Parts: sequence; structure tokens; C-alpha cells
Amino acid sequence: MESVWFVLLAVMVTVYVVLDGFDLGSGALHLIVARKEEEREEVTSAIGPVWNGNEVWLLASGGVLFMAFPKVYAGAFSGLYFGLILVLWLLIGRGLALELRHQLDNPLWRSACDVIFSLSSLGLAVVFGVAIGNVVRGVPLNAEGYFSLPLFNILNWYALLVGIFGLVVLATHGATFLAFKARGKVRERAAVIGRRLWWVQLVLFFGLIGPTYAVREDMLENLFDHPWTLVFPLLATGALVALFVYQRRRLFGRAFLASALFILGILTTMAAGLYPNVLPAREGNPNGLTVDNAAADSYGLEVALVWWSFGMLLTAGYFIYAYRLFFRAPAGEDARASGLESH
Amino acid sequence: MSSEVTVDRLQFTLTITYHYLFPILTMGLALFIVYFKTVSYAGREGHRFRPLRKTDSERATAEGAARFWTKIFAVNFAFGVVTGIPMEFQFGTNWAQFSNYAGGVIGQTLAMEGVFAFFLESVFLGILLVGADRVSPRLHWLAAIAVFVGSWLSGWFIIATNAWMQHPVGYSTDGEGNVKLDSFGDLLTNPWLPWQYMHNMGGAAITGAFVVGAVGAFYLLMDRHHHFARMCLRVGVIAGFVLCVLQIFPSGDRQAKNVFDHQPATFAAMEGLFETSEGAPLVIIGNPDTRDRELESTLEMPKFLSFLTSRNWTERVTGLNDIPEDQWPDSVPLVYYAYHIMVGLGTILLAIAGIGVLLLWRRRLYTSKPMLWTLMLAFPFTYIANIAGWTTAETGRQPWLVYGLLRTEDGASPAESVPAGTTIFTILGFSGLYLFMSLLFIVLILRIVNQGPDDGEAEPEPAGAQPEPAGAA
Repeated sequence: MESVWFVLLAVMVTVYVVLDGFDLGSGALHLIVARKEEEREEVTSAIGPVWNGNEVWLLASGGVLFMAFPKVYAGAFSGLYFGLILVLWLLIGRGLALELRHQLDNPLWRSACDVIFSLSSLGLAVVFGVAIGNVVRGVPLNAEGYFSLPLFNILNWYALLVGIFGLVVLATHGATFLAFKARGKVRERAAVIGRRLWWVQLVLFFGLIGPTYAVREDMLENLFDHPWTLVFPLLATGALVALFVYQRRRLFGRAFLASALFILGILTTMAAGLYPNVLPAREGNPNGLTVDNAAADSYGLEVALVWWSFGMLLTAGYFIYAYRLFFRAPAGEDARASGLESH
Repeated sequence: MSSEVTVDRLQFTLTITYHYLFPILTMGLALFIVYFKTVSYAGREGHRFRPLRKTDSERATAEGAARFWTKIFAVNFAFGVVTGIPMEFQFGTNWAQFSNYAGGVIGQTLAMEGVFAFFLESVFLGILLVGADRVSPRLHWLAAIAVFVGSWLSGWFIIATNAWMQHPVGYSTDGEGNVKLDSFGDLLTNPWLPWQYMHNMGGAAITGAFVVGAVGAFYLLMDRHHHFARMCLRVGVIAGFVLCVLQIFPSGDRQAKNVFDHQPATFAAMEGLFETSEGAPLVIIGNPDTRDRELESTLEMPKFLSFLTSRNWTERVTGLNDIPEDQWPDSVPLVYYAYHIMVGLGTILLAIAGIGVLLLWRRRLYTSKPMLWTLMLAFPFTYIANIAGWTTAETGRQPWLVYGLLRTEDGASPAESVPAGTTIFTILGFSGLYLFMSLLFIVLILRIVNQGPDDGEAEPEPAGAQPEPAGAA
């Protein structure tokens, strides 16, 4: 039952990164791809009706982590205190900039909102990568399941590297989304940036294998011990190739799908490599929090599975409906637009 | 209590109090947006259901009102969302030992809030805000209802969580001394839950009613938007009156009974009662002196407290003297005054709404300047009453974080992980951010109010020259 929740949590986090990823990525590129007011309006209104729903996946994942693995929630959130507070402040700035941008019809106000929106999106993409980097590297847990990482220890070399990778992945995802959804110059710029970022993504993706092996040997061993899990890195690699092909053929709907599959591939690879750890300790430290020692009692987990399944069905319904409504592309692209909600 | 715990409490007090200012109006206004939307969508002249028997011009005014209040709602909702995210996060960052201790139980309701309420609310708010031009009127109406249901469900899950902290049920203690869930049914049917929920949502709806009424009064005093203003005033005072009555009885009365039955120390602190007595007086004006352990009362009603709690003039009410001091709320005067501010304001607000209804019936509400001024300026006090009520509930529960199970000082994050200085730093950050946000909020709301509803009346008109509202939607 604990393992089921490990998988469900991984699924929710993946859905979060795929969905909020495209609006975070669009935000990170906002100032570059959209130069004039009409263009910036185009970007912000493309994500305007959906970003909040996307962000809820983060809150819901947090809630599920709290419910299923309270020890991890307690240990990780207090140990990474500054990282978490930074995320909060960036989320506040970003949410307000996006929602309040349309409230005043003043060029300075709108520019200010654009800058805050873009910088906070960029910051969040990096911080999420840094957080994942710290989890993969492991944290200095004590026997009670707590630790403390000062801000500049959160920003260690490996985590920063993953942070940059995170930014590049989400920026590519956002660029692909804008190439699909936007029109005119924004689309052209986004398409060009997406193609360029692809190379950076390729280099970092393979470049990270070495450093990851250096900080967490058993992650790769874990994957090779259960050969079927190799399907995840293969999925990521395949999706990366597909992304390259579809970007060149200008099939941006499919390119976006490929980018989503790439994110799915890397996150599932990570989850499979970490299992059964939920919050691993540094290599050699025996205090890691695993599905066995950090999970809530099985009765609660069983009950939750019932309401969770029901709630997710409802949620999938709302999202499919809303995305169909908002992303009903002009004639001829409907089929591709509906591909959006399948993940 | 160590300095870490003190600053952790301070930060939570700051962030929860500031956050809650927004959901009060989100939940309160959602109700009225549904009302206006329903009148606009389903109303017609020969409707069998009397409240929906509306002329085309009334329906147009209601549609204008729905759109106007949706604009305010959108800004308010955005502030509520961004200030709400820190709440869930802080359980982990500053209250890690509490999360570890209680996550197996309250994780259920908090996760359910995300899965059942937030998705519903955020997706349909997106639909509501893209406007009636891009979606059908029926979908737009349904979106308003979905947003209302989402926000009230969200409140329900939060109250379910708080009710468990006030009155833990359906749990047992595991081998490590943490709680685990034993009965999901008991968690959701906590006897504390229904009355606290009704009292809390009633408080939010009262704020909604008074805010709607205040804007109506403002426009009449400014001699603008007469049709809209009258509709808002009418709806505001009638709803305000009904809700204020329900707030006192049954929900307030029953909630006090819950506190009396399950939290005797809290109840004694709320009433400032030191001496245990059979036939306790209800003190209207008085000051609890914790040093001399007496209530210096200037105005009291003999035996009334006993009667109110149990409908029995000689019911025994336990005073603080018979409760060990380490189980008293850590600030008895704070609990006492917060409670009395809530009750006092509630009574005054009931009177204001009652006079409003009376004047409406005598057809003098729209012209009575003193009444319009009163209604325009009364709404901030509904916020104070809401916050005072929560202050009573939360400081009244002290010294417990989970009543009877976990003391507040044992719930904070370990000092080694989150030292006091770290939290002081983030308190300063939150304070600065929230100060800036408050100014922004006021500017944006005043701007929407100044623009007014879209009823074809562009500028403030001289008296007597009211244009007709725009055609039916």
C-alpha cells in the first residue's frame, strides 16, 4: 500500500511538472519571446485561465505527501526551510503578477507585472530543479528524521546543475507550448528558441549521468537491478528524439506531447531510481526515509485510495473539459489541441 | 515556552490572520454571485417560484451585479490563493513535529481539500472569468455555482481539520507515539464539525452581505448606479439580518455548548469565570484579573450563563480555579476579550441589519442618509468579528495544539532545523510583502468600485438623471 502511494505521488508530481511546467516555461521566456504589449497579452492570456488549476497539482501533491508520508513532509519542509519559503514568495509574486496584470491599463504597471512574472517563473523553475537535485543527492537526516540545510548548502554544485537542467527542460516545454498555441512572431521566436534549447537539453541530459552517479551510485544500480525500469530512461531518450523531429517538421502539437513525455521519462527514471527511498539520506547515512519507515498507517492509506480515485476522476473530467474549452484551436488543429489533456 | 515556539506561533498568527481576510469574502461573495447569476439566468416574469419572478430590467441589473461582484471576487480570490499556499507549507516548515505527529489523520482532510475543492474551484473560476461572451449563459451560471461549491467545500475540509484539533476523534496512538487514523467516518462526522462549520460559514456570508450592502449604500450616497445600488442594499440587509440571527441561534449557541462540554478551560476563559458555580452569571461588561483570580464585573445577568449553556438555571459551570493552571489558555484575557468582541460586534451587526430590514419594509431605506452611512461603514466590523471568533477558537485551545493530546510547544519544528532567528527573518519578509500587497489590494478594489457596474452609466450623473440600465443580457 505504501508503494502504491509512492507511485501515485510520482504520478501527481509528474502531472504537476507537465502542466505547470508549460506555464512556468512560458513565463521564463516571456520577456524574450514576447516583446510588444499585444504579444505579451497573447502569452499571458494563453495561460491565464489554466495556470491556477495547474498550480493546484502542486498543492494537491503536497497534501498527498502530507497524508501518505508525514515524516517526509515534516523532515523535508523544515530541513529545506529557506528553499520552501523562497518557493512561497516566488509563487506569491508570480500569481499576483499574472492575475493583476489585466487590472490596470497602464504600460508601466504591465511591464512591472511582466518582469515579476518572468523572473519568478524562472526562479521557480530553477528552485524546483535544485529541490530535486537535493533529494537525489540525499540530505543529512538524523535518527529522528530531521535535518537542517542552510540556504547556501541547499545550493550545492550538484543541485545547482539540476536546477539549470530544470530551467532548460521547462523553458523548452514552454517554448514548445507557445510554438503550438501562439500566433505570429511569438510562435516564430518560440519555435527558434525551442530548437536551440533542445541542444542544451540534450547535453545536460546525458551530461548529468556522470554527476548523478557520483552523488548516488545506487540510483543507477537500482535501475539496472530491475531492468524493466530502464523503460523510463528509454522513454525520455525516445521523447527527446521525437521532440527534435517534430520541432523540425513544425508539428508543434506533437512536439509539445513529446516534451511532456520527456518530462514524464526523466521524473519516472528518478522515482524508479530512488525507490524505496522517499527522502534519501546522503550516501552512507542509514537514516533515509523510505516507504517502509515514513508512511502513514495502512488503514488511512487504504481509505485515501478510495476517495483519491474518485477525486482524480472528477478532476480529470474538469481538466479535460476546461482544456477543450480554452485550447480549441482554430479550424484544423482541434485534433492536436485535444492531445493536451491526455497527460 | 522556548523562543522558537513563540516566533513560530507569531508567524503562523500573522500569515493565517492575513490569509483568512480573503477567504472570508471569497466564500461570502460566492454565495451572492450565485444569487445574482441565478436571478439573471433563470428569472422571468411568470416564474412559478416567487423569488425568481423578475422583470427583464431586474434581470439585467442582476447580471450587471453578478459581473461587478465577479470582478471584485477575482482580485480577492487571487490574494486568497497566493496567501493560502503558505498555510499548508508552514505545517511542514515551522510545525514539523506536529505534521509528523498528526499527518496520518489531518493529512486526510488537507489532501482532500486539494483533490476535491481546489481543482473544482480553480478550473471553474477560469471559466467564470473568461466571461459570458466566450461561453454559453448556462455554462457561465454553472461555473458560478461550481466556484461557490468549491470554496465552501474548501472551508469544510479546513474546518474538519480544525475540528479534529479542537476535539480529536477516530484516532489511536501508534508505536512511536504518533496518531494514526482509526475511523474515517468518525473523522468526517466529528460532533464538533457541523456547528463550527455553520458558524464559520455564517460569519463569512455575513461579511459578504455587509460588503454587498456597503457598496450599494456608497453608490446611493454618491448618487450613482441607482438600480444596482438598490438591489445590492436590499439583498445585503435581508441576507445580513437572516444570517445574523442564524449566527446567534442555532450555530453560535450550539458551538458554545460544544466548548462547554469538551473544553472546560476554554469555556471558563471565554466567560472569565474563576469560581465554579451552580447558577453562573453572564458577565456583559467585566475584566478578568488573572493575578487575583477574579472577574471584576460591572454589568452581569445572574444565572444566565448556566441557563444559556444548558437551559438550566442551576447548571454547574466549572471555573478556572478548579482547573490546573498548566491547562489554562496561556492568555486568559486574550480569549476573554476576543470572545466578547465577537459577541458584541455580532449583536451590533444584527441590530444594524434589523433596522435596515425595518426601513426597507417602511420604504425608507434608500433615502435614509444616517442608515446609508452606517451600512457603508459597518462592513469592516464583520471582518473583525470573524477574526475575533477565530482568535477565541485558537487561543482558547491553548496550551494544546491538538486538544488534550499534543501541547503547542511540542509541535514546532526542532530548533536545530529551524532556529528562532530564521523564523524572525521570514516573519519580516512576510510582513513587508503583505504590507505591499495590502496597499495594492486597496488600490485595485477602490478602482473597481469607482468604475462601478457596467450599467450604461459611464460617469457620475447629476441627481435625477438616471439612465435606464442596458438591455437584457
